[in-house]
Amino acid sequence: MHNAENSKYAKTHEWAYLENGVVTVGISEYAQQEIGDIVFVDLPKTGTQVTAGQNCCVIESVKSASEIYAPVSGEIVEVNEAVNADPALVNRAAHGDGWLFKIKASKPEEYEALLDLKAYKETLDK
Amino acid sequence: MQEIIETNKLSIEKSHAGRRGVRFEKPQFGPDKYVPAKYLRKSVDRLPEMTEQDTVRHFTNLSRQNYCLDSHFYPLGSCTMKYNPKAYDRFCALDGFVNAHPFTPEEAVQGTLEILYNLQELLKEITGLAAFTLQPAAGAHGELTGILTARAYFEAKKDKKRTEVIVPDTAHGTNPATSHMAGYQVINIHSGPDGRVDLNALQNALSEKTAVVMLTVPNTVGLFEKDIRQIAEMVHKAGALLYMDGANFNALIGLAKPADFGVDIMHLNLHKTFAAPHGGGGPGSGPVGAAAHVAPFLPKPLVGKLPNGTFTLRGKMKKSLGKMKAFYGNIAVCLRGYAYLRQFDGKTLKEIAENAVLNANYMRVLLKEAFPAFFDTVCMHECVLTIQKDKMNGVHTTDVAKRLLDYGFYAPTIYFPLIVPEAIMIEPTETENREALEAFAKALCAIFAEAQTQPQLVKEAPHHQPVCRIDEVGAAREPNLHW
Amino acid sequence: MFTPHTEEDKKIMLQKIGAANVRELLNQIPADLLYPQLHLPVALTEQALTRHMQMLAAKNKPLANFIGAGCEEHFIPAAVNALSGRGEFLTAYTPYQAEASQGTLQTIYEFQSCICALFDMDVCSASHYDGATAMAEAAAACLRVNNRCKILYSAGLHPHYKEVLKTYLKHTAGVQLEEVTLTNGTVDLAALEKQLTPDVSGFVVAGPNFLGQLEPLEDIAELVHKAGALLVSVAKPLALPLLHTPGQYGADFAVAEGQPLGNSMSFGGPGLGIFTCKKEFVRQVPGRIAGMAKDKNGKRSFVLTLQAREQHIRRERAASNICSNQALCALNAVIYMTLLGPEGLREVAELNLEKAHRLADLLKADGHKLKFDGYFFNEFVVELNAPAKQVIKKLAKKGIAAGYDLGEASKELKNCLLVCVTETKTEADLQDYVNALRGF
Repeated sequence: MHNAENSKYAKTHEWAYLENGVVTVGISEYAQQEIGDIVFVDLPKTGTQVTAGQNCCVIESVKSASEIYAPVSGEIVEVNEAVNADPALVNRAAHGDGWLFKIKASKPEEYEALLDLKAYKETLDK
Repeated sequence: MQEIIETNKLSIEKSHAGRRGVRFEKPQFGPDKYVPAKYLRKSVDRLPEMTEQDTVRHFTNLSRQNYCLDSHFYPLGSCTMKYNPKAYDRFCALDGFVNAHPFTPEEAVQGTLEILYNLQELLKEITGLAAFTLQPAAGAHGELTGILTARAYFEAKKDKKRTEVIVPDTAHGTNPATSHMAGYQVINIHSGPDGRVDLNALQNALSEKTAVVMLTVPNTVGLFEKDIRQIAEMVHKAGALLYMDGANFNALIGLAKPADFGVDIMHLNLHKTFAAPHGGGGPGSGPVGAAAHVAPFLPKPLVGKLPNGTFTLRGKMKKSLGKMKAFYGNIAVCLRGYAYLRQFDGKTLKEIAENAVLNANYMRVLLKEAFPAFFDTVCMHECVLTIQKDKMNGVHTTDVAKRLLDYGFYAPTIYFPLIVPEAIMIEPTETENREALEAFAKALCAIFAEAQTQPQLVKEAPHHQPVCRIDEVGAAREPNLHW
Repeated sequence: MFTPHTEEDKKIMLQKIGAANVRELLNQIPADLLYPQLHLPVALTEQALTRHMQMLAAKNKPLANFIGAGCEEHFIPAAVNALSGRGEFLTAYTPYQAEASQGTLQTIYEFQSCICALFDMDVCSASHYDGATAMAEAAAACLRVNNRCKILYSAGLHPHYKEVLKTYLKHTAGVQLEEVTLTNGTVDLAALEKQLTPDVSGFVVAGPNFLGQLEPLEDIAELVHKAGALLVSVAKPLALPLLHTPGQYGADFAVAEGQPLGNSMSFGGPGLGIFTCKKEFVRQVPGRIAGMAKDKNGKRSFVLTLQAREQHIRRERAASNICSNQALCALNAVIYMTLLGPEGLREVAELNLEKAHRLADLLKADGHKLKFDGYFFNEFVVELNAPAKQVIKKLAKKGIAAGYDLGEASKELKNCLLVCVTETKTEADLQDYVNALRGF
């Protein structure tokens, strides 16, 4: 199960967790706090092909709409329907049950290139 | 979960079955005489049944929960909340204007047509542009009209490479939204350290793919683009068109003509610069002007004048982009714009902008200590101030805005433009007198003092409004959009 | 004219600012651009302006109005303007600061509610510019929802609406627009079925249509949904107390021109765009929506909600660029609907139906022909012996605005006159019309 420690990170505050060729994606605790109370998650459709760095999801608060970028390339194979009914889940459990979508990774080397927790935290300190 | 404590009943909650308001004569037969059952509605419910008195009381009491320009100063940046002359309410209500059908034979609507024609001419004169359409229903609609006019212009030249519109990061949200709607890719450029267009950024963004550069002049931080001529030259050299968002025209009216500094297309807001009332959010009117080479592509119809002196909508306009809405525009709002312009002449028109600029600068210096201007320089008709974070004990712009309501003032525009953190944008307009400006500044200074000694008071404001700090998160997560 | 500053005021203010004169404050503007020549007419005082406007209003000749075609004359009870003309409504700003705008916000909520009740739809926005732009935005919404690329539209749409649809959609990449013809004045269902290919995103249809004819909207909805497409219907608000509703016949988006609800004609503007849809499309709605919520003390409040759809947040990713809407016109509409109530609205609808049929019968008895034999609400088409254009000119001289010249919309219909009869017409008005049209 993915958590803050065992995930990798993109500079744009998404976390990624690889298991059996499928990468689960969510937003970091930092991102969740910055965005504030989440009111709606515009999830991608399953079957969509995405490339690393492509905007594929939007998280809305009352005053903002934040773009979420795919950390790796591949096909969206599953989305977390639970956040449709309960967008606050992302705020409560950003690294756990508040995951957003899963990508069947087409280029595993992209996952390796992501930041580990320490390196991600350093980007936050800057 | 706390129950909703009812303060204001909805009309449907005051409704009683069988109560009637306005009645009409009884029809002779039922609808089934004319139309078979399959086309008929089963029943009408969830509509309120009230007497006329109850309806009048209901809406009158609702009105009394509103701030409005008639009763309060609205220092909203970029909105130009100037006095709405009552005389124009009368004109809009004259039978001759009210009862005109848009398809009435032209000889029977010469009054309205003459006003529209003359308004087109007046707007041409004050902007220097070659033609004006009165069709757009609002500023954003005007922007879309302008960008589509540009598109039609390039299509006629068979210039298919132009796929981009350049927009500075200080732009109002409608600018990029408009460009996207018009099928263009939006290229955002960052502003320079003085809040104006960064000429290098602009030069790097300009290319043969650029169709339009959209600028608000003066810009949304209240500063005039000193290099506007150079900017226009750069834009034209790249083969692109310069679009001016005229939302801030109150700073320029009578002082400068946009055509003189190279604007090809622009929109104006009759509900801003031209004193038409805001009506709680509309209707507005966004006339669009174009230079001679672009004018043929404006939406149709324009009002024309025939050799015999009569006015007509029947011009051919073969190259027109088409129509932006049904009929010809928000005519009643255009009437107001016309009436307003007729109250000035070549000498007095500039007093509008001169006094708007004077008021904004006076406000800026009155607030220097408490809320310094983000750009420490003379501003035009609006000033953009910011918070001194280290002195505010965690009080944010939002809190200041809410606390102002307690002092009897409507809050200024906040968090815009995006390049200014904790922005407070104030546009007093020229119709406010010195005491009003000083009272407002005094209130803001008092709030500044409160932030330092009693920050909680400000953070929990407003304290004296019918409601306080609405749960917008709940409203968005579980929308309740009708009874 | 409306500026308050005396010389003394200016002196005090300039001193505080540290400028010698106002001219100094304008130094950002290049000197050669400043103070251009302005050739403007003489400035008018309020008195002179009032005479001037009255003189112009008098140049509009009052004609007995029988024109509909997207803008209608209806009786507006006095209370509507008495209420909406109050400064608290008329001069209020957009209700972004909810605590200071509960009046406006509640009226928007009530407007949305009344329209949802009238249309039998789940969601209604705070208003759009007019019926045509609301329709274009609904078509654009269909494309976003199902990612298909073709919009079909009925030939029975208002000619201006067809133009606006093209204007709004023709440069959305990959989008095609295709017309579905009419047969005997209503949508050709066989043609529609054929044209509903898998790439069709939505079908836009008006009912009653521009020719006044009622459309078989249940059958149309069935065909459209069977093909996996969405239905955008353009309805007539004042017909809805009587006729089948968009909710009943299954519209996904239902739009309308709301001007007949408490707003005057005023030469066609401002209008009132009504935009409604099914619950599942709420995030596709352009423009403002008011919602009911609680404040921090649990009090009922109203607030603009779902703002993250809008331009000030989404910028280039917004569904629409709309900012200002037709708020005051929507206020007129909700006051009108509240004043009349369901019974009053039914009465008006029935009077429209009855009087239009009364005039049609009188004209038929006098030897005229109706072009179409289908069912109609308050508009019908008369086929004349001469071009409608000429007949309209002749009747105008007799003080009657006879109707809309369908020759403007299509050459085959150049002898056809679209006539509208509302509750404003008396039996005497109808007799005058029949007498004036005799022989044409």
